[in-house]
Amino acid sequence: MSTTATAQIRVLIAKPGLDGHDRGAKVVARALRDGGCEVIYTGIRQTPEMIAEAALQEDVDVVGLSILSGAHLELFPRVVDELKKRGVDDVLLFCGGIIPEEDTAALTSLGFKAVFRPGTNTQDIVKFVYENVKK
Amino acid sequence: MDDLVERFLKKDRRALARIISRVENETPEGGEYLRLLFPHSGKTHIIGITGGAGSGKSTLTGALAAAYRKREKTVGIIAVDPSSPFTKGAILGDRIRMQDLALDPGVYVRSMAGRGALGGLAPTIADVVAVMDAFGFDVVMIETIGAGQDEVEIAGTAMTTILVNNPGTGDDIQALKAGIIEIADILVVNKADHPGADILVSQLQALLALSPAGSRRPPILKTTATKGDGLDELLDAVAEHYAYLQSSGLLSKHREEDARHQVLSIARQILLERIRQATPEEALQALVERIAARELDPHTAAEELAGNVLA
Repeated sequence: MSTTATAQIRVLIAKPGLDGHDRGAKVVARALRDGGCEVIYTGIRQTPEMIAEAALQEDVDVVGLSILSGAHLELFPRVVDELKKRGVDDVLLFCGGIIPEEDTAALTSLGFKAVFRPGTNTQDIVKFVYENVKK
Repeated sequence: MDDLVERFLKKDRRALARIISRVENETPEGGEYLRLLFPHSGKTHIIGITGGAGSGKSTLTGALAAAYRKREKTVGIIAVDPSSPFTKGAILGDRIRMQDLALDPGVYVRSMAGRGALGGLAPTIADVVAVMDAFGFDVVMIETIGAGQDEVEIAGTAMTTILVNNPGTGDDIQALKAGIIEIADILVVNKADHPGADILVSQLQALLALSPAGSRRPPILKTTATKGDGLDELLDAVAEHYAYLQSSGLLSKHREEDARHQVLSIARQILLERIRQATPEEALQALVERIAARELDPHTAAEELAGNVLA
């Protein structure tokens, strides 16, 4: 086995809940791809269980959640719970979408290291991932 | 480290996932895990699913896995998607087509990036298959990157190779060509609800009728994976092929051929690495410049590099 191999960062981009628009998630996935990450994209309408299970099976370093429906304070804690339940407690968490400023504190205390809103430069997301990932 | 192996042997899926990462990233621990787990492998039926981009491989793989679950078989899936040759990044999107399996404890899906390997596979695919085999899945399915005419490497790793075709993608001259079609153990015409499916089936039949007498002719099956049509028949055909491999002795032959291929390709890798280590960058650069200037041909230069290590 080679000792010089470099590993790509593995990122799960997931959309919990029922909103059907995933343009933002795809743009972020694409930016991370272009930033050299291996991005697992699971599509729309994922339950918290499905997201946590995908994170476990894919052994990702990062989980990014995208939501537009307003149900983030309902769904994100459940995703975090499901991750913990599976022992996936060392991934970098971030989220994005239509999320009011006043909810940032609640999300930070859940463990989300960043909240990206419309208008974010995708390069900032890539930079955030590289600077915060535990590799 | 031993803790992870212990958990793996107790069928802890997180341990499986972690070990696969280390094997895939070719870390020193990864090599050690592989050494420990390899003796536990060798029991699984390894199935390859290949075909063009958009032919329905992922959907078919998911539908096949669901059909296996109805027969109470556990399934491991490795789904490969391409890496960017420029950034090494990748979008791994095969899970999207396998949502129905997402919470089934008898199914484990792992996406892998091609990381520049040829043949629609990933560089460490054989090692990751061995790990999944050792975990004890009844079946391991490998879904390749969208393949063209020449990506035949899957047949080295997989015991049963399914080639997914679609109606409306070319005339019978395409099917006459050498290459990928020759490695198919089972031919599937997927999206069989689209026009032209029956024509494609008869074109494939006509092609197979030209096979040498006495050779095994792969069955041709129609599926509509999105609706689940034709999957039971496909599963039966896969089981039949496996039974044929076992009864004919071809399975052990396949294992040996695969082992031979693997050991030689790993040896090649090791030698290449030794050569890289033994060659200072300036020396390599000097050779490169002479070749580019046409003062030296690449074969002679390579002999020189290899000679430094092997002499």
